[in-house]
Amino acid sequence: MCLAIPAKVIRVEGTSALVAIEEVEYQASLLLLEDVHPGDFVMLHAGFAIEKVDPEEAAGMLMLLKEIENNNLQ
Amino acid sequence: MNYLQDYRKKELILAVSQELKAISKKNITLMEVCGGHTAAIHRFGLPSLLPPNIRLLSGPGCPVCVSSQHFLDTAIAYSKLPDVIIATYGDLIRVPGSVSSLDKEKANGHDIRIIYSVLEALELARKNPGKKVVFLGIGFETTAPATAAAIVEAQKEKLTNFFVLSAHKVMPPVMKALVQEGVKIDGFIAPGHVSAITGTAIYNDLAIVYKLGIVVAGFEPADLMQAILMLVRQIESGSPKVEVQYRRVVREQGNKIAQSLLSKVFELKDDRWRGLDIIPGSGLKIRSGFSGFDAEKYFTVSIPEPSKPKGCICGLILRGLKTPNDCNLFARTCTPSDPVGACMISAEGTCATYYKYRS
Repeated sequence: MCLAIPAKVIRVEGTSALVAIEEVEYQASLLLLEDVHPGDFVMLHAGFAIEKVDPEEAAGMLMLLKEIENNNLQ
Repeated sequence: MNYLQDYRKKELILAVSQELKAISKKNITLMEVCGGHTAAIHRFGLPSLLPPNIRLLSGPGCPVCVSSQHFLDTAIAYSKLPDVIIATYGDLIRVPGSVSSLDKEKANGHDIRIIYSVLEALELARKNPGKKVVFLGIGFETTAPATAAAIVEAQKEKLTNFFVLSAHKVMPPVMKALVQEGVKIDGFIAPGHVSAITGTAIYNDLAIVYKLGIVVAGFEPADLMQAILMLVRQIESGSPKVEVQYRRVVREQGNKIAQSLLSKVFELKDDRWRGLDIIPGSGLKIRSGFSGFDAEKYFTVSIPEPSKPKGCICGLILRGLKTPNDCNLFARTCTPSDPVGACMISAEGTCATYYKYRS
């Protein structure tokens, strides 16, 4: 129910955005999120963009996982 | 880039599994509150990657499952009124009410539409000025802001035929209620998308007062394994606190726009939960300034005396006191194609998940 899927913003049209998940396009309401730009990834939930995906944070947490992997290999 | 593939890499997941086996000494139980987490944990077979001293327990985070008999009976009664269109998220229509279900009423010819977004319910109201559209508002803090946004839009457009029956709920009171009731857990895997809206301060009480570890987690297998590792580190070192694993989406302050819409449109009420009865301050009701959109203010219906399916222990499962395997009906008389209770109906219900991935 609280499922949200990352979607890539293609175009912003007022309070709505055209977004794509893989190749499939959807309309995402921007009534709950501002400062959205083409190229951003947003979390799409029940037709609404609810938050942006932060690439730096994503890379940071992945780095911690990779450190564990590297330590295990040593 | 959406990071889904990164967080599904087998090597990373197995590395965390090894690390957990190396550092986890205590016998611990962690509750994943969110039904989406339950589904992901079993879909990716994560319990088999954990050392035997770590136990995962499902919680009350499936909105369809926790919606009360009273709510369903009210929705069913509305569906029988003249000129009413019921607009609902999909899973709800199969849940048995006391004497019927929305599915049965749809078969009886009543106008019940399955929608994916509350915006479709708004559109139905615009296109059908002669009908009254009732949206069944279920879901937690993730979903409720969308309903709030729709109500504000309806007010702007001066729609007089759009109504919401709100069974929206908030997460912290039920988490607290479970702990106070005595469910034995050491930490929560906290819901990722609820927290994206609320921020993380809502969990401070649970960490400080109840000494529970809290880690807000994402929904991919490496997210969940990393969150479990963070919880184990907290618990092994005796320092429970609130941390966020799902940092790519969850900010400490949450989504301020969504929060302000929530508090503009809704106020807290004591609310009914399946299996938990009434929890103070756990539900969202529409504020008086928006009462024109409140289905409960507009329609008057009589509701049958609530009755529960015999033998179903969905309520105990939602409280973390039982698992589906403890139920005499599970996978015998109760299956996803012929479900007895709500926990088997929703795709993210604990029983439906256990059934789908049972060995």
